[in-house]
Amino acid sequence: MSDASETARTSYARVEAGMKRRRAAERRFRFLGKCAVGLGLAFLAILFVSIVGNGYSAFWQTRITLDVTIDEATIDPAGAREPQVLRTADYGALIKQSLRDMFPEVSGRRNRFALYGLVSNGAGFDLRDKVLADPALIGRTISLTVAADDDVDMLMKGHIDRRAPESDRRIKDNQLAWIERLETDGRIGSAFNVDFFANGDSRDPELAGIRGALMGSIYTLLVTLGLSFPLAVSAAVYLEEFAPKNRWTDLIEVNINNLAAVPSIVFGLLGLAVFINFFTLPRSAPIVGGLVLTLMTLPTIIIASRAALKSVPPSIREGALGIGASPMQAVMYHVLPLALPGMLTGTIIGMAQALGETAPLLMIGMVAFIADVPGGVFDPATALPVQVYLWADSPERAFVEKTSAAIMVLLLFLATMNALAVLLRRRFERRW
Amino acid sequence: MHVQASEFTRVSTEPGAGRFPAAPEIEGRYHREHRGTVGEVRLDLPRMRCTGVDVHYGDKHALRDVSLDIGMNEVLAMIGPSGCGKSTFLRCLNRMNDTVAGCRVSGEILLDGKDIMAPDVDVVPLRARVGMVFQKPNPFPKSIFENVAFGPRIHGLARSHAELEEIVVSSLKKANLWDEVKDRLAHPGTGLSGGQQQRLCIARAIAIQPEVILMDEPCSALDPISTAKIEQLIDELRRNYSICIVTHSMQQAARVSQRTAYFHLGDLIEVGETDQIFVKPRHQLTEDYITGRFG
Repeated sequence: MSDASETARTSYARVEAGMKRRRAAERRFRFLGKCAVGLGLAFLAILFVSIVGNGYSAFWQTRITLDVTIDEATIDPAGAREPQVLRTADYGALIKQSLRDMFPEVSGRRNRFALYGLVSNGAGFDLRDKVLADPALIGRTISLTVAADDDVDMLMKGHIDRRAPESDRRIKDNQLAWIERLETDGRIGSAFNVDFFANGDSRDPELAGIRGALMGSIYTLLVTLGLSFPLAVSAAVYLEEFAPKNRWTDLIEVNINNLAAVPSIVFGLLGLAVFINFFTLPRSAPIVGGLVLTLMTLPTIIIASRAALKSVPPSIREGALGIGASPMQAVMYHVLPLALPGMLTGTIIGMAQALGETAPLLMIGMVAFIADVPGGVFDPATALPVQVYLWADSPERAFVEKTSAAIMVLLLFLATMNALAVLLRRRFERRW
Repeated sequence: MHVQASEFTRVSTEPGAGRFPAAPEIEGRYHREHRGTVGEVRLDLPRMRCTGVDVHYGDKHALRDVSLDIGMNEVLAMIGPSGCGKSTFLRCLNRMNDTVAGCRVSGEILLDGKDIMAPDVDVVPLRARVGMVFQKPNPFPKSIFENVAFGPRIHGLARSHAELEEIVVSSLKKANLWDEVKDRLAHPGTGLSGGQQQRLCIARAIAIQPEVILMDEPCSALDPISTAKIEQLIDELRRNYSICIVTHSMQQAARVSQRTAYFHLGDLIEVGETDQIFVKPRHQLTEDYITGRFG
């Protein structure tokens, strides 16, 4: 009797002695876990703060109000109001004239050039649009608010130090004096930067917009989604539900897994060789970008879809087959609906990857400078990450904030896409 | 045919030679060796007639030379220790083994005189004639109505929605489930209790008017009250269908079946009237099993 209780006591003592170590190990592990999460969150916070801190000012643009006399002799000497004439007239001259009127004391070619540099090169186009919309304005003097030049914008946003020596700033002393006069006249102000969301790319930062890249990304992703989702789901369903399990299907599985790990630039090269050179599809077009990204996304979605199909309990298949459903009916009515949430998750991951992909797009020419907003999948376009790369590469100070703003748009697009997919998944996930 | 004397031979083993030294005689007595079947495997008017059925899973010979008739309006119970091939045999009867990779079935299985193993037989209509209820209740994750309606719908049994509803209602009534679910047909089938789910699966199977219903341990996941309900249901269904039931519970086999087949390590050892099997087993293995010496 004492033997048994003795053994029990000693083994209990041993358990008790070990408990301290076990608890410590547990605490350590929890602490490490918390550290890892904290570190991740900290980096995320740093990322957001730096991007938003750099980029939020890009959503505002310094604007200058001018009194422009729309001189008939300059833009429509014939007086016929023909649209063709009105469209090609020299509105820039009117803008320059109004600046000269405002600062009559400025003389000399160099000084005038500096004066004209205060407003954006796009000011003439703003005026043209106004006149084309309402030809009755011709001959009258109107108050026109135009975008300021990017250097003026940077000065107003405090990125250029007014007290720095003249040789160190891009705004010279005479320009500074004119700007200060505009400030006292209340002619210089800040407004929401509509151009940033309405325009395509431009060499002038104050005119450069994200719309071209955004539309390019949307078209590219539409092509990618439209091709990769049905293809990948069909491939996964066939491989998982119908294909015989033999050496060949094993080989295919290995290859698909390897394909998911192929560097994306290789797909870009493939796209260049096959889609552009062989099939002679247009260069720089979202259709080619979409095709290339489809190749890249397919393995991701196939792998996720197969995993989702595998996780559907076999009893569901058996139940359906057992009452005489054909394998096709069993899959369509019962297996696929249950696997769809998992497939959608894979698709989100694949699409998010595709959205952020730059390298393959460089190979197929989507890195070109394209000022027009694409109107379809065959138009030349660029994509959001490529636009970020292009702007980050530009020397103008104003492109720094544009770069961050473009990243914000990219992240927002990504978040919207993910939210949509999560919503969709919730709908399908109602598995009672 | 196959009604022959026992080929059962005792293989002598040295004490301690087996994996379980404590019971060397078990090792010896139940040593694997092909055995013929004791008892009458044939019936005058069979619904299904199986002759010389062999099943291989890869290299494993899972079922050897099984011949057995399944009668009209009878409940045939198949008993035997785990891995004896009773479920494998059951799954041959509606060719569910086709879905198992590496499974080969040979022999002849006739349903109403027609060979269902013939290569030109389509398994889809076959499974409409030979329904199946599985061990674990597996209702579809859809509404109760949809669960029962799925079969008639894919087979085109109902010409209108009203007809479909009629089939669903009568199937649920036949499965003794109607009173419990009539107010919640739109509720999910997976929300029912285990016993109700299994009766839903039975309703699903009888909704397509099969001739034979195969049940693979239908009560193994259920409590005694649910089990009693299912057993009562099986007895009622016998009037219209042939039923094959695989069970681990000998009491259940004794309660619900008219004939019993005892399988052992891939052989059909003995077939007979249930009363005879449980009261006067003719084969030593059957006796050992039903008296609980192993299993």
